[in-house]
Order: sequence, then C-alpha cells, then structure tokens
Amino acid sequence: MSLFLQQIINGLTLGSIYGLVALGLTLVYGILHIPNFAHGALYMVGAFMSYFFMVDLGAHYWIAMAGSAAVVAVLAILCERLVFHPLRHSPPIHDKIAAIGILLFLEAVVQMFWGSDFRRMSSPFTGIMNFDGLIIPEQRLLIIAGAFVLVVALQLFLRKTMTGATIIAMAQSREGAFLVGIDANRVAMMTFAISGMLAAFAATLYAPINLVYPAMGHLVIMKAFVIIILGGMGSVPGAIAGGMIIGFAEALGGFYISTSYKDIIAFGLLVLILSVRPQGLFAKGAH
Amino acid sequence: MFKVASLLMTPAAKYLMLAFAILFPLVAANEYQVYVMATAFVWAIAVYGLNIITGFCGQLNLAHGGFFAIGAYTLGLLTADYGWSFWPAFLGALVMTAVLGFLVGIVSLRLKEHYFAIFTLCVGFIIYLLIDKWEELTHGTIGVRDIAAPYGFGLVDFTDTTPFYYLVLAFLVFAIWFMGRLSKSLLGRTFIAIRNGDELAQSLGINLMRNKVLAFVLSTTYAGLAGALYAGMVRFIGPEEANINHTFDMITYLLVGGIGTIMGPLLGTVGIVWITQSLQFLEEYRMIIFGPLLVLLVIFFPRGITGSFLTWMHRKSQALAPTKKRQENKVNTAQNREAESNA
Repeated sequence: MSLFLQQIINGLTLGSIYGLVALGLTLVYGILHIPNFAHGALYMVGAFMSYFFMVDLGAHYWIAMAGSAAVVAVLAILCERLVFHPLRHSPPIHDKIAAIGILLFLEAVVQMFWGSDFRRMSSPFTGIMNFDGLIIPEQRLLIIAGAFVLVVALQLFLRKTMTGATIIAMAQSREGAFLVGIDANRVAMMTFAISGMLAAFAATLYAPINLVYPAMGHLVIMKAFVIIILGGMGSVPGAIAGGMIIGFAEALGGFYISTSYKDIIAFGLLVLILSVRPQGLFAKGAH
Repeated sequence: MFKVASLLMTPAAKYLMLAFAILFPLVAANEYQVYVMATAFVWAIAVYGLNIITGFCGQLNLAHGGFFAIGAYTLGLLTADYGWSFWPAFLGALVMTAVLGFLVGIVSLRLKEHYFAIFTLCVGFIIYLLIDKWEELTHGTIGVRDIAAPYGFGLVDFTDTTPFYYLVLAFLVFAIWFMGRLSKSLLGRTFIAIRNGDELAQSLGINLMRNKVLAFVLSTTYAGLAGALYAGMVRFIGPEEANINHTFDMITYLLVGGIGTIMGPLLGTVGIVWITQSLQFLEEYRMIIFGPLLVLLVIFFPRGITGSFLTWMHRKSQALAPTKKRQENKVNTAQNREAESNA
C-alpha cells in the first residue's frame, strides 16, 4: 500500500512539472496558434540559468529561480519579437521550422558554454519527511506545492486582472479582441514572457531531483505536446489535467510495467488516443 | 548576367552537373573527399523523400530521420544477424519502410498541420526509443556491426570507396529523375493542390487521404533507400542514427536548397555538407549558425536558393519581355508560379 502511495506522490510530482511546461505551451498556442517547438529549449535554458546563478554566482535557490525566470522571460519575448512576429502572415509550416531553428540555436549555445556533461544541481531542501512509513523528499513536496501556487496565481491573473483578461479575450477571438482595442503585440509578448517564466520555474523545481544537460528539454517538450493534445490545444484546465494523466501513467506504468519503457508510455497513449479520436480527448469540434 | 543565369535553367546545366559528379572521383584530391561526397548523396536521397511529403504535399514530417534509421537497421540486422546477403536485405529495407510508412501514414495523416507535425515528432521518438531499448532485436546502445557490403556480382568490389560512390550516384540520379517525373505528373500536381489548400483540393474531387498516404509512403521509401545505402557504406550503425537531430539536419538542407523544388534538395545537402566539412571546428557547434540560418531563411527566403533563383529569373524575363507580352504574362502569373514550383 505504501509503495502504491509512493507512486502516487511520484505521479503528482511528474504531473506538476509536465503541467507547468504544458501550460506555457498551451497559452502560446491559444494566442498565436504556434506549436512552439523551442519551448523545451527555454525549459533547458531555465535550468542552466539557475545552475549558473547558484553554482557560479553563489546565489540562493529562490533568488536563482527568480533570476532564471527573468532571463528566460526576456529570451521568450525576444523569440516572439524577432522570429514569430515577422512570420505572423506566413504559412504555418514556417513557424514550425523557425521554432526548430531557435531550439537548435539555444541548445548549441548552451553546449558551447557548459559542454554536454550531465550536471547535478543542489537545493536547500534535501530533507526527507516521513508520514507513517510514507517517505516524501522535501523537494518533491516543494514541486507539488510550487506547481499548485503557480497554477492558482496564473488563474487569478487570467481571471481577475484586466491584463490577464486581454490574454483570454485574444485566445477566444482575435478579431473580437482587436475590436475592443486590445494591443495584439503587447498580449503576444506578455504570453511569451509568462510561458517562458513557467518553463524556468518548472526546470528549477525539477532540476535538483533530476540532472541538468543540454538535451534535457527533448523529452519534456514532447510530453508537453502530448499533454496539450490530450487536453485540447489552447485549453488551460486541459493542460493541468493532461499533465496529471501523463504524470500518473508514467509513475504507475514505470513501476508496474517496465522502467526502461516508461518514456514510451506517454507516446503510446498519444498514438492510441489520436488513432481513435483525432481531435484529442477533451477538444470540442474540429480543429 | 541574365543570359548566363538563364543557361542554368536549361537541361544542359543538369547534364553538366551529372558530368561533374561522374568525373568527381578523378579530380578529387583524396579518397576521403569521395567518401564525403557519397555521404552527401546518401543524405540528399533522404532529403528528396522529405521534399515529397513536406515540399510538395505540405505536411511537415518530423519522423523522417526515424524512417532513415529503420531502413539502415533493417538492412543491418538482416545481413548481420540473419545471414541475408546485401541485395535481398536491401529490398527488405525498402519494403519494411514502405509498409511501416503506410501504417504510420494511415494513422498520422488523419491529423492536420500542427497535430501531424507533433504526432510525427512523437513517432520519431518512439522509433529512437525502440531501437535504443529493444536490445534482443537491435542490440541496443551497442549497435549493429559486420553489416554486409553490396555484392558486386564478381564485377565490382563495393567495399572500395569509388565503386560505392558510383552506386550511390546511380541511385541519386534515379531518385531525382523520379522526382522530376513525379512533379510533372498529375499525381505531383495533386500533391501541390493539397499543399495549397486541403479543402480546395477536396472540392476538386481529390481523395485527400489516399494521396497523402501515397506521398508519405513514397517519402518513407526514399528515407529507407537512403538508410540502407548508409548502412552498406559505414557498415556500423547505432541508435544515434534515429536521433531527431538528423531530421532537423534534413529540414535545414531542404530549406537552404529550396523546399518544393527539383534541384533544391541536392544543392542544399551537398552545399551544407561541404561547408560543414571544410569548417571542421563547426561540427559540434554548427547549429549556432544553422539555427539562426533556418529562422532567417523562413523569414526572408522561404523558397531557398533554387526557389529564390527561379523567382528572380521569372521577374527578369518579365522585365525583358515587350510591354504587350508583359500584359499577357500578368494574366499568366498564377500559371507561372505553379510551373516554378515544379521546376
């Protein structure tokens, strides 16, 4: 029983990380209809920035996290301004190829500075909590709590503030948003900044129980894509629910079926679901 | 300038290029250069496959490198583990990639645009994971050794670089010839119609699914052909052949050369392979240049070298034409544009 609960905790941890990354991806998709293949690279840069601030500059974990979020947000805004904005009238295939270009560039730059070694990043939360036989490392608890706080904050921002409402309005109807005088450029930049920040937070939270290396974004971004397809592209609740589904499927599947194939579970699920329902699980109507 | 340039559009230019390719081993400084050229040709064949599904049919297939690896592994495993000789295994690799391409195609092509790209990205990754983890079949990270070289029927020895170079060249010429025929055929025009608009094509009575699957199977077979040749050439393969970066490389070659054109894939592949070769230090960090290059290309020259050249030629020929003719040309612009994308 406690082994099962342990897997539940693992599923929650994974689901929180995947959910945060998928949220950023789905927000950008909702506004600009770009599948941002470079999002995984932003996640990776987020981890390396935190690593840099903590190890090379000796900053505290929280400060490193804030610094990394700021750097990645600026980077995401630059991507929007320099790459996706000029391509807004191009055929959709060009956005995708440009996103791949950004991904390749960011990875190569990080590799040039830090090499392709696997690095360990420490965190001040190394303790272990013991709830009557159920062992939970503090960092995992922090991930779950952190993801919860971030999701609630994002929801409050989107629902309760005027600035957040412009993002929702733009996702609902582009023309309608223009009609009431919403500045498309501002919304696009803001969305990219939020998406980059979420990626940096997720990376910094997850890095201490994982490793930091230039290719770390590959798997995460592909799973995030699976998640937003499951949850319906552009849907915020869908991204969170999808993140949890994949997180649990992986934790339980990895434990009860096979560890070496656990990464395939998400993709197998995707193939299965899209074969039956090409529009995704929760999506309404045609895409 | 214009006259010189217009020479490049005549069939003679293509024969000149062929003559150069045939004479290349004689003028090459050493065997290594011949080897590099043969590698470039192998990749070019795979890029032609990508050009069919992505350039002509407009579907961004991110599993292309995976099918390349399937071709390489089918040939490698059949010859190294099951004792097949090269040519039957070669046919086996083509059949394998075609069949798997068909199966993946009928599932993935029900999806449109972004969904298709994301789905194939995942398929490519599944292929990589299977090759990496299914050790009983693929030897996992150890890779496949002792792959047979092509059997020369006692006439030639394909373990030498130069005969192998000519073998690859023959397949490349066939691949380009087939591509040229395809682009002029009704089938090729059907693919272009699908690229230009799913719904419009459908309203013309085009069966979307059947044509897209056909384009996909053709493209994966090209990838399988290239993969099998690659395995026969290097004779040692590992899971890295299925790395997503190979797909990204091929997209770069295709885009630089000119997406949806006939000579683009060859020019892009050979050009970039040689640039990378001559700047050895670039090997590891080449993406610092090629990443931004991809972005700049799609923003400023979305049609690559060949496409931009053809557009320039077309404008020039209009400017040189007498005024009366120019009027006619304006009417014909739409037709010309389609002709260009066939060129």
